[in-house]
This record gives sequence, C-alpha cells and structure tokens, in this order.
Amino acid sequence: MTTVSARLGALARCHPWVVFCCRRAVRLTVSLFVVVTASFAMIRLVPGDPVRAALGVDAPPDLVAAKRHELGLDHGLLAQYRQYLRHLAHGDLGVSLVTGEPVADLVRARLPATLLLAVLAFACVLVVALPGGLLAAVWTRGGRRPRAELAFTATTSAMAGMPDFVLAAGLTAGLAVALRIFPVAGDLGPQSYVLPVLALALAPTAVLLRIVRVETLKVLATDYLRAARAKRLPSVPLYLRHVAPNTLTASLTLAGNLLPALIAGTVLVEKVFAWPGIGSAMAQSVAAQDYAVVEASVLVLGSAVLVVNFLVDLALALLDPRSVIRKT
Amino acid sequence: MREGAGLALYDVTVRHHGPFGPITAVDGVSLEVPQGTTVGLVGESGSGKSTLARAVVGLDSPCAGRITVGGRECRGHRAADRRRLGQQVQLVFQDPDTALDPRMTVRQSIAESAGAFVRLDRRSREQRISGLLELVGLDAGCADRVPRQLSGGQRQRVAVARALAVDPAVLIADEVTSALDVSVRAALLTMLRDLQRRMGFAMLFISHDLAAVRHVSDAVAVMYLGRIVETASTENLLRSPRHPYTRTLLSAVPSLHAGRRPVGEPLLPGEVPDPASPPTGCRFHPRCPVGPSRRPGRDVCAARDPQQDAAGQPHRAACHFPYHVGDCPPQAGSVHPDANGDRAPRTPGDLPS
Amino acid sequence: MVLFPPSPSTPGAAAGRSRASRSVWASPIGVITLTMLGSLAVLAVAGAVLWGQAADRPDPSAVLRGPTASHLLGTDHLGRDLLARLLSATWLSLLLAVAATLLGAVAGITLGALTAVVGGRARRLLGALINLLLAFPALLVAMFFAALFGAGAGGAVFALAVASAPGFARITQTLAAGVAGTDFMAAARVLGLRRHRLLLHHVLPHIAEPLMLNTTVAAGSALVALSGLSFLGLGVQPPSYDWGLLLSQGLDRIYTEPLPAVAPGVAIVYASVAFQLLGEVLAGAAARRARTRQLEEPAVHPARADRPASVDHVLEVEDLRVALPSPDRVVRPVRGVTLALRRGEMVGLVGESGSGKSLTALAIADLLPDGACATWGTHRFLGADAESSTRKERRRQLATGMAVIFQNPASAFNPSLRIGTQMTEAVRAHHGTPRAQAVEQALAQLQRVALPGGRRLLRSRPFQLSGGQRQRVAIAAASMMRPGLIIADEPTTALDVTVQRQIMDLLRRIRHDDATAILFISHDIALVADACDRVLVMYGGTIVENLPAHELATGARHPYTRMLVASVPDMAADRDRPLHTIEGGPPDPCGAVPGCPFHDRCPHRLDRCAVESPVLSPLDPGHEVACWRPLPPALLCGQRETEEVEK
Repeated sequence: MTTVSARLGALARCHPWVVFCCRRAVRLTVSLFVVVTASFAMIRLVPGDPVRAALGVDAPPDLVAAKRHELGLDHGLLAQYRQYLRHLAHGDLGVSLVTGEPVADLVRARLPATLLLAVLAFACVLVVALPGGLLAAVWTRGGRRPRAELAFTATTSAMAGMPDFVLAAGLTAGLAVALRIFPVAGDLGPQSYVLPVLALALAPTAVLLRIVRVETLKVLATDYLRAARAKRLPSVPLYLRHVAPNTLTASLTLAGNLLPALIAGTVLVEKVFAWPGIGSAMAQSVAAQDYAVVEASVLVLGSAVLVVNFLVDLALALLDPRSVIRKT
Repeated sequence: MREGAGLALYDVTVRHHGPFGPITAVDGVSLEVPQGTTVGLVGESGSGKSTLARAVVGLDSPCAGRITVGGRECRGHRAADRRRLGQQVQLVFQDPDTALDPRMTVRQSIAESAGAFVRLDRRSREQRISGLLELVGLDAGCADRVPRQLSGGQRQRVAVARALAVDPAVLIADEVTSALDVSVRAALLTMLRDLQRRMGFAMLFISHDLAAVRHVSDAVAVMYLGRIVETASTENLLRSPRHPYTRTLLSAVPSLHAGRRPVGEPLLPGEVPDPASPPTGCRFHPRCPVGPSRRPGRDVCAARDPQQDAAGQPHRAACHFPYHVGDCPPQAGSVHPDANGDRAPRTPGDLPS
Repeated sequence: MVLFPPSPSTPGAAAGRSRASRSVWASPIGVITLTMLGSLAVLAVAGAVLWGQAADRPDPSAVLRGPTASHLLGTDHLGRDLLARLLSATWLSLLLAVAATLLGAVAGITLGALTAVVGGRARRLLGALINLLLAFPALLVAMFFAALFGAGAGGAVFALAVASAPGFARITQTLAAGVAGTDFMAAARVLGLRRHRLLLHHVLPHIAEPLMLNTTVAAGSALVALSGLSFLGLGVQPPSYDWGLLLSQGLDRIYTEPLPAVAPGVAIVYASVAFQLLGEVLAGAAARRARTRQLEEPAVHPARADRPASVDHVLEVEDLRVALPSPDRVVRPVRGVTLALRRGEMVGLVGESGSGKSLTALAIADLLPDGACATWGTHRFLGADAESSTRKERRRQLATGMAVIFQNPASAFNPSLRIGTQMTEAVRAHHGTPRAQAVEQALAQLQRVALPGGRRLLRSRPFQLSGGQRQRVAIAAASMMRPGLIIADEPTTALDVTVQRQIMDLLRRIRHDDATAILFISHDIALVADACDRVLVMYGGTIVENLPAHELATGARHPYTRMLVASVPDMAADRDRPLHTIEGGPPDPCGAVPGCPFHDRCPHRLDRCAVESPVLSPLDPGHEVACWRPLPPALLCGQRETEEVEK
C-alpha cells in the first residue's frame, strides 16, 4: 500500500499532468458506467409492464410478447446487460416502443439542436455575468453605493428565482404571442433561438453574476491586491491583469457546476418551445411512457453532462496550474 | 530524575499523506521529558515539532517507535485507550482564537474537561472551576464569558486551565505564546513556569522562539527536518552548542542587550529542503556552514546519517564534526563559524589537548 | 482580532446581536420577504378552504373561456374557474416542496454527518459516492427517479428528495470537515470524548445555522423542480392539481390565451423568490454585515507649524489621525502621530497589536482600507506638501518614491501572474521603461538579493517559491524604482529566524547602497533594536517615545517603553530574572478618554496624566518622550522595575 502510494507520489511529482488526467479519466469512466447502468436498469425497474403500458392496455398478448422478445426482456438480467452493452458499443440504442423507429436515429437527429441551445445559452451566461459581476463588485466594494448594491441583490435574486420553464412560458406569451416579435415555437432560423436561449440563460446569469461579484470582492480584499495598489498601477490594467484572472478561475469552477443544470433545463424549455431537441423528445416519451426513448435520453444527457464536467475540469487546470497539484 | 517517569519517546516516526505520497514529518525521534521538568523543543517551521506534539496526544498516530507516559506505553486506537491517554497527556494549542469552542462559556469548557474522567457533583465542579481559574490568574467573573469576549492572553489562560483540569502528568505547550503580544507573552511564560514548578508535571514546551524556550526550559532539544539534532541542558546548549545548525539558529536570534550584529553574508545558503525528499546522510549537510559544500573532504556528511551520542550523555549532538564544548561561544552577533577554523573529525586521538 | 474590553458585558453583546438581526428584518428586503412569506402562508392555509369548492365546480356552459368579470383568469376545459384553482393549489404546491426538501435534507445531512463520524476508508468511499451523485444535475436525477417511481405526487416528492440529498450531504460534509479541523475539536478529542458526544456537542451546533439557511433556499428550488415535474407530466396527476400542472394545461392554449399560462408561472416565481429572499435575509442576519456609513470626520486641523520643508527629510508627518467607522461606533486607532524620516535612515516603529502601527503605515502609503479616513496636520513626502498637490501628482509621487513590503509573503504576490510581470510592471507603468530593459533591471535586482535562477525565476509563479524567497523577491521588486522610502510592514513576522536574519541584512544593505529611508514596522522589539537607527514606540495610537536604537535596552525614559523592554525574554539577559508583566489591557480604541493613553497602567502616574495628554517633546538630542514625568535615565531598568513591582 505504502510502496504503491510512494510510487504514485513519485510519478505525481514528475508528471502531475499525467496523473491528473488519469484520475479524471478514471472518474469519468466510473460515472459513465453508472449512467449506462442506470439507463439499462430503468426499463427493467419501472413498476408494471412498460411494454404493455407503451403499446396500450388492449394490445394483443402475442404482440406484447414479440416486443418483449425484440427488446430482449425475456432473457436473464446478466445476459440482457451484456447484450445491452454490446449494442451500445455499436451505437444501437434500441427501437422506440411506440413508433418502432431506431432510437439512435432520433438521438442523432435531435442532439445537435439541444447542444447548440445549451452552448449558446452558456456562452450568453459567461459573456454577461463575468464582466457584469466584476463591474458590480468594483462599483459596490467596501460598502460604497449601498443603493446600487441593494438594487443588484434584489434584481439578481428575483432573476435567480425565475424558473426557466416559467420564464419560457412568459416570454412566449409576451414577446411571441402578444407582440409577435419572435416565432412562438420550433426551429425556424436564427430568430427562433432568441427566446429559448434567453429563457435558459437568465437564471444562471443571475446566479453567476452574484458569484462573480462575491469572488471579485474576495480578490479585492486580498493582500496581493493591496500590494498591487501600492504600485499605483492605472485602474484598467489593475483590474484586468490583477483582479480578473483570479476571479475567473474561482468563478469558472462554479460556472462549470451551472452547465449540467443548464443542460437538464433544456428538457423543460424545449417542451415549451416545441424545440426539435432531445429534451422535448424525452418529455414526449415520458408522457407516452415510451421507456426506450426515455432511457436513451437519460443516457445521452447524463453522458453529455459528465463529458462537459470533464472538459471544464481540464480547462480549469489549464487556467490555474496549481489546481493540478492540489487535486492530484 | 526517575527513569521512565514523565514522557519518553523512543524512535518515533510519523508520516503524513502529502500530495506526492507520504512525507516523513518526524523521523526516528527519541526524547525524554522527566517528571517535574520542562523540556523545550525548538525548530523552524516544517521541522515537525507540532506533528510530534500531535503524535504524543494521539491526534496523529506514529508509524514506528514507542511513546511512554509514566513508564507505561500508550498504544491502541480504541476509545478506552484514547481516554487513558487523554487523562495523562494534555495539549495547549497555538492559536487562542480557535483553541476554545466559540459557543461554550469558559465555565462549560473547563467543566467538560474536568468532568471528562471523574464524575463531579455540582458543588465540587464549581469549586474545581474556580480553583482552576484562580490557578491561571483569571478572576471568577470570566467564567460566564464566551471566548469572543476575552483577550488573546485570557483565552490562552483558559486553554491552559482546561488542559490542567484533568490533572495530567504531562502538559504539551505547542507554540502557546507565538500569537500573543510581548507584554502578554511574558505573563503567560511566567505563569507556565510557575505552574510547572508548583504542580510538578512534565512539560514539553514547543516554540520557535529561542528566548522564550530559554526562559522556561530546563533542557532544550533542537529539531531540523524531522530529526532532533541536539539535546542538552539549557545552559549548556546556549553557552556551547555543538551542532552547526544550533549555532546558526542561536546567532540569528536578535538580542536587545547584546548589541548590534554586523551585516554578514546570508547565514544559511539555500532553502529548507522539501521534507518529502530529504537530503541523504545528514539532513543539514547541503546548507551546513562546516559541511561538505564548504569543506571539501567531508563527504561522510552526505553519505552517512550521523548518530546522536549515547542516551546517557548530558549533551548530545547528531553531527559528524560537532563543535567542542570549549569552542568559541556563540555570542549573538559574533558567530562566524568559518572563523573557528577547521575542526577535526570526531576520533578520540584528534581531540584538542 | 478585536479585543473586547474586559467588562462583564454579556447582555450587551447579546443585545448587539439581536439589534443587528432586527435591523436586517427592518430593512426593505426584510419587510418585502416577510410580506411575501406571510401572504404565502395565508394562502396555503385559507386558499383551499375559501376557493376549494369553486375550483372543483365544473361549468359546461363556460368551457375554455378567456378572462371575464366572473372568471378573472378564465376557465379550463371543464369550465372550472382558473383563479380559484390557482389559489387553492397553493397548499399542495408548498406542501410537496417542503416535504421533498425535508426528506432530502434529513437523508443528505445524515449521509454527510456520517462522513465526519466513520473511519478512514468508509469516509473516503462515502465522499466518492457523494461526488459521483453530485455530477448529475438534480433535475435530471429527479426526472429519472420520477419515471422510475411512477408518475404521481408521491413519486415526484421521493424522486426530488433523492435528487437533492447529495447536495445536502456535500454541504454537511464540508461544514463538518471545517469544524473537525479546528483546534477546539482537537482539544476535545485529546480529552477522549466519545464520537456521538463530539458530534452532538461540538460539530452539529456549529453547522446548524448554515444548514438551516441552506434548507430554506433548497425549499425554493424544490418548489420550482416539483412544478417542473408536474409540468412534464411526472408530478401531480389530475384530478389533483398544483401550479406546475396548471401551467402545463395553460400552455396548451397559450396561442389563443396567454393568461392561463402566465398566472401559474407568476405564482411559482412569487413563491420561489420569497424563499430566495428569505435565504438572503437569513444569510445577512447570520453574517451581521451591517453597512459602514461613510464617515464625515470633522476636520480638526491643529495650528499648523509652518516649518520649512527640510531638504534632508524624506517624509514628514504631523498629527496623523485615522478613524475607522464601524456600524455602531467610530474606532480611532491612530490619534495624532508625528514622525519624520531622513534620507537613508532606518527607523523602527514598534508597538503591540492594536497600537495603530500598521494603520499609520497604510495611511502614509495611502492604502487605507475602504471607509477609513485619515486627517493630517502636515504631510510632506519627498519635499512636496501632500495638501497642496493634486491627487494625480500625489499618486505619481507615491508610485515612484515609495514602495511597500508586506507582512505575509505567501499572500503578497498575485498567484496568477509570473514573478517577472509583478516585478517589472511598476517601472514599465511609471517610468515607461521598455520591457527588455525592465527585465534586465529585474535581473540585476534579483542578483542583489542573492536569488539565483535569473530568467527562470522571472518566469516562475509565486507558488513555486518558498516564503523566504518570496520576501526577497518582494524586496527586489520594492527597490526596482529606487524609491526614497520603503515601508516594511512586519516583513519577517511570518518567517523563521534564520530567514529573518537574511531579510534584515538585505534591507540594511539596500538602505546603505541606495540611501533609501526605511520605515520598519514590527512588534519584535529586539529585532528593531538590532536593525534600526532610531526607534519609535507606539502605544494606544500615539508615539510615546522616539529614541536612538542603541538606547532602547537601557536608556528608555517612557514607563511603557521600559516595561515593554523588561517583559521581553532575551538571550543575553539573566535567565532567572522574572519577566516583567504589564497589568491591565490596552486602551479602548473607541473611547475618547482625555489624558495619557497609558495612565491607567502606569506605576508612575500623576494626577495630571488622567486629564491632560502629553505631547512628544525633546528630552535629549535625538530623544523625544510623550510623558509628564519621564523616568530618570541613570537607573538600570530591570532592577528598578522589579523593585517597583515587588512593592
């Protein structure tokens, strides 16, 4: 035990990046395994008979049996799992219980739209919240402008408390139905991205604004900033060079935690806007009890979240090399 | 000095889990604190003093060696073992801000400690608390305050009272004065010295402040990178240190009464080595003013671990080329180890006449 | 660190706290929060009773109507009044949210608290499990479990509880680990207290408050998430209804009639904002962060002694006062400091914590914290009067003429910038030195402070250096500008003695080579005596004595200086000499007591000392004392003080 850890320690000292990447990769693999297993278990754990539920109560028994056979539900669990993994390796996600279409096709057709939405929304969050939070902190530091601080706190808490799907409904009602500025639903070109992205991005923006402000205030109170002030640098270089990078690493760590929630939020927002993405497919199939599609959606969204977490970790490590040493 | 009484450590080694694998914070340390005496443990940050203290009270577990208190070995991780240990050894911490539970009043803190091993009825508990407060020089009015309402010195006194409430055989004071102001520090030092003399417990006084150690201790041990490099009675160690590290340490301490030191070259070249990969042989050799980097031909320092002198000796140093007792005393300011000339290796035939 | 005056003022402190929390509730946000929560509570209790029947009464004659006078929000597909349905859905929406939160909190906190109690391997496993669960967004987990448990209110509540538990577990784990690492927990463990006792007595009371706060905020999110599940058809099933279901039903007809979708949305937002605000207010009350008001300090300018600017003086300060406004009082840590530094002089400023020495330095460097306010009698730096120069001129003068070295080298460097950038940016900004030349200068300076490594060192980042190396880099950076004055604020306090000696040697050499004046601030009186030419002793915000350093050990005339000297354990003094202790505590920095700040601790006080404040006045050449009755110089301090104590 000790020799192994000693050897690992020696390796970590020489190649911290190798060890860091290996550990992250192992964690990613374990988590992916959990997601795969969960999605496999889902259809098998659902109370009652999911096949009958999907096909309807009055479906003939031989059709149900045939479907069960087709899904492999009549084998032992272990055999089923092996088969499931084999199919997964070939990109086969099974067929929809309702339409009979291959689920993989559905995912392939719909995933890009969802990802685009999530990425755009996340980009909006970063673009608004990072400079905004920094400015807010500089503006209200040390108890200056208490009124501006109050307004900031009130606005951001109201915004942060705004659920995305409710906001989506409100935006549809206001801007699409009443004022007819934007399309109501569907993907009809660049214009139709505005409302879904806005609905998805608003609450995370508010949360991140507050985080960035708090982090900036922390940086503004540090000794090294006082040391930088002692050099009397002009204020723009001072804030850009000394404050922003340190704020960024702390804020991005927390922003990385917002991204998975944002991906999950697409499910609800896509339903409101009838967006042709994986989330709305999931919402529909939940209602239709099409567990094959639900299972695949959980798998895809869950893996997306994990991969995103992994990438965020790597990006942060690049930004702040100390974290590699700290976290290995 | 009864053999086995008080606190004794034999070859104690403690390892931590560092980011790059295990770090040996304390490496084969043997130390004796006889009943009724105070031993000072001096060293710079990272030398393993605090780890040693934590190992003695059972907060860290040594991976090798024996620790005995009152002649009995302390072993085992069961709750009963820990309790027995806690009854005999108590620790006072460095930071008065966090050493006391901020939500408990002084009375509650001391009562928790006083009632930890003996059942006390309300009257005797109150008596005990007021007795302890008086012992550490606090007035009874302090009992109902929370730590927030006390000054740093007062908090540290409460911490001492809490430690003494179990009537320990050994008290360990880990940098108890370093967070305090000068005038408060003096009072606490004097109090600890008086308490130790009156109550007769064994005290291990850990500090980086040589002057404070000198004031309270009967004997001093010097630590460098997890090892004890020199042990002697306080007078001997200060008057004629034998290990080069002790010399540099002593000469670096500024003194109010000894006059000004000349501007010299940096005393210790290089930085403190990484404790995760300490130098081979003598751990001090890369920085030693009389070591192989300054004196060619002293390769033995890098190759072989110097052993401390035999346990019975009153003045023990772990060095291949120790200074001798008669050598120039390190009056603060006048130490230029190089000026002492080359010392012979330690062989009986080469001893100066 | 705030030292509370030793007075039996427990009730006072408690009152202070309750006043602070009351003021949080009385703030606009507090009032709004209370109103919103109150209205929700009333609706939850009364809604179903008042409008429950109307909400369930179908009206085939008015199906899918828009807003009318009798149906303010219109009706649904069975002709039921939507407003009544909205109001009577309050209790179910809130109940489910609270139930899910409580279930999740209990499960999560138990899991998290377990990590603090169980041993090594189990703790690591639990931690890994929590990490793994946290990787998935709660909403996705809730959807998964809601689909598993079957659509319905119960299933949704359980699913949400499962989804929120890891979050609670993580917070509990973090908080408990924070408490477990403190010294008082270690002390309790040394006492051999048992685990459950540790948990109940020491850990849980400390983390209860943040956990409660967290639960409150989580209730808001749970409400939203449950509505989301109902909205997806995974939560409450008809004929029951909550706000999410109403929203979902309203959305189907949003093209014709927006209000039935918007109204439940507003209800959800209202409740979620109420919880969010409650969290905000509770956090504010917990932190008791009362805002500091900008202070309007009456400008008490004493009659200015219009002495001509001495060419020899780098810095002249007269009657410097600093005030720090805090919520309920004004702290005055610096009360009239007068000092002057000649070119190339190294002056020590000693004092205990709270004596105002650091704030004096910060005021001179114009780096006071926000809200602090400094007033000057005279303030002349490098011959220029600060009052007559514009702010820009003054900034420029400070930038080129003064450098500051801070106490803690670990935190004085920006962790994300390379050493080279931090060393060269000041010369590049103020002298316009080109990059290459600035780098050459930096290399020369590094050479001077005996740091090998050259360009490699310039490319490294602060965390790659040891404390001593960083402090040497700080000194090199400070001398880059060849400043007239370096302020060193406890530069060696965080370092070991052997490193301290290197740093002191460097400072002395720089002072010698560049004729830079150094204001050396320290609490270590022996160090100051050893290193400086002149020593200023500070007590209670004023300078009580100004004397040559070599006289400090035996020639001090102010009683405080004498007692301070006698209380220092020294390597060269007699070991058995008892250390002198100064009875009493430092003066209250808020009080406005007239007289000498030391009078209540002084063994030699006169009646006059309590009424009239002594000013710093010359005694001998180069020796000034602020005392009405300076001690005679001849006596050996140690003996005399001891005798007096014994009396």
